[in-house]
Amino acid sequence: MTTATTEKPVNNGVNVDALFGAREALTKAPEAAQFKWRASCEWIKGTQSRSTVEGFYGLGAEQKHKTKFSFHSDHPEVFASEDTGATPVEIVLAGLAGCLTAGIAAVAQARDVQLRSVKATLEAGMDIRGILGADPDVRNGFDGIKVLYKIDADASPDDIKAIVAQSQKRSAVYDIITNPTNVTVEVK
Amino acid sequence: MRTTTVVIGAGQAGLAMSWWLARRSIDHVVIERGEVAHSWKTERWDSLTLLTPNWQSRLPGYGYQGNDPDGFRTMPETIGFIERYAEVMSAPVRSHNRVTSVRSREEGYEVVTDHGNWQCGTVVLATGACNTAVVPAVAEALPSAITTLTPMQYRNPGQLEEGGVLVVGASASGVQIADEIQRSGRPVTLAVGEHVRVPRVYRGKDIKWWMDASGVLDQRHDEVDDIVRARNVPSLQLAGYSDRRTIDLNSLTGIGVKLVGRLAGINAGKAQFSGSLRNVCALADLKMIRLLKTNDEWARENGRDGDVGAPQRFAPTEVEESPPLLLDFTRSRIKTIIWATGFRPDYSWLDLPILDRKGTIRHDGGIVDAPGVYLLGMPFLRRRKSSLIDGVGDDARDLSAHLASYLRERAVTNVTA
Repeated sequence: MTTATTEKPVNNGVNVDALFGAREALTKAPEAAQFKWRASCEWIKGTQSRSTVEGFYGLGAEQKHKTKFSFHSDHPEVFASEDTGATPVEIVLAGLAGCLTAGIAAVAQARDVQLRSVKATLEAGMDIRGILGADPDVRNGFDGIKVLYKIDADASPDDIKAIVAQSQKRSAVYDIITNPTNVTVEVK
Repeated sequence: MRTTTVVIGAGQAGLAMSWWLARRSIDHVVIERGEVAHSWKTERWDSLTLLTPNWQSRLPGYGYQGNDPDGFRTMPETIGFIERYAEVMSAPVRSHNRVTSVRSREEGYEVVTDHGNWQCGTVVLATGACNTAVVPAVAEALPSAITTLTPMQYRNPGQLEEGGVLVVGASASGVQIADEIQRSGRPVTLAVGEHVRVPRVYRGKDIKWWMDASGVLDQRHDEVDDIVRARNVPSLQLAGYSDRRTIDLNSLTGIGVKLVGRLAGINAGKAQFSGSLRNVCALADLKMIRLLKTNDEWARENGRDGDVGAPQRFAPTEVEESPPLLLDFTRSRIKTIIWATGFRPDYSWLDLPILDRKGTIRHDGGIVDAPGVYLLGMPFLRRRKSSLIDGVGDDARDLSAHLASYLRERAVTNVTA
């Protein structure tokens, strides 16, 4: 076992005991497992807007982040915009990377694997004739996403691959992107 | 009518329990809705063979006698094998008795059948894990022109219209059915979710030999980290072909089967597939490598390297660059869907408060959460081999011992009361 040769206990900064505890508790009380994630957004000008997140619902009660987080989005100059923030599709990539990377840390912790560095680069292809309405056969969204991880950890290459695969299996954003979701948009 | 124990179901599980009850001199009957081995007779496709080799069918007081220990039984052979078991041990089987209710009575339980009621102190539920084929909710949105079949209704490719077939699910049933339909000239698209890839033969020995010899199949329910997960692992991607060839996603794409991701939805005449195909294949490949390494370590540590061939590694599952995410039923000329999406037990006749919120029976290793009630023949009930013909005997021994001591305690209580 790798743990026998490790001097310090594995610590990736993830409290897996708490996560396993929550899993057991929520199996018995599935109502508490029902979460609502929220964001609000306000147009600034042009293609700029600011989205903020603060409150969410879960464990049977209203919850709050420690602080309000905000995300400024815009489009680059090649889209005739001012480029004052990330493009929304890039925020999607950031969301995927953040979710998978958190999952890697948690799975590695659960499997007693010490991580030293985890770096990901993401690239998504898109034919922008879709969003421009130039060709009805081209979809608006990505035609595919490539994620490349470089991971330095106390584990064999296959064990590292298995951690990354397990992280995808348990990732919310990976699921949101790979499977269809009903979206309802209303105007008041 | 009165007896001590009513066993419901006369498949391998009910018969193994009957053998142990007889040995412990416990008066009992085995009630069967049809005939012995009913599900094997009426709910399996024509070409199906057992996934375990012939030698691996050791039932209490009974086993394989033939000269092809490494072969795989056909359905008629399986039925004959189980029927002979019932005959050899003179099991008290009441055939063509359908149980319509099991309920509590002051003195134990009442088993209601369409041929009279039984009063008893103990009940063994041995009706199996595969009473109903699971069909996902998305099936409701299917265009009406598509014929749908479950593996319980499917018999052979000849019953299908000419044209394309979408097989949903890539565990044992799905891959076997996909293989024979593709070979019949009907192009198959296979929707692949999580699956368990294993070679049929590894280092010259059947994969089941490895699992048996290394003790994996004897692993107990109270020894594994996560019994819920262990009980829900999909069936191994295996077939029992006479040439012992391996069936896997690579062998299927090799004959022209098209792989797509898990079926995620059906919308406006189109099937939507998950973009997770690459990852479910990577997971299965990595888990297979882990299993083979465990086998290699076991062989080395136990001095068995001389009994087996050299270690092998298999090509990773090939997935095309961009597997399709949408499939238009009309344009792709798909005529049939086969739902190889698993099975579940049917407890609609059980009027006891023992089901959890997911409809499964609350039990600890087959000792049900109702005094004197036992469950048998379910995946990983007490051991990894619990759902195998070869595994049910040990569970029946353990549970019949518990049942016997329950009866003794009850007798003592009744006397002192």
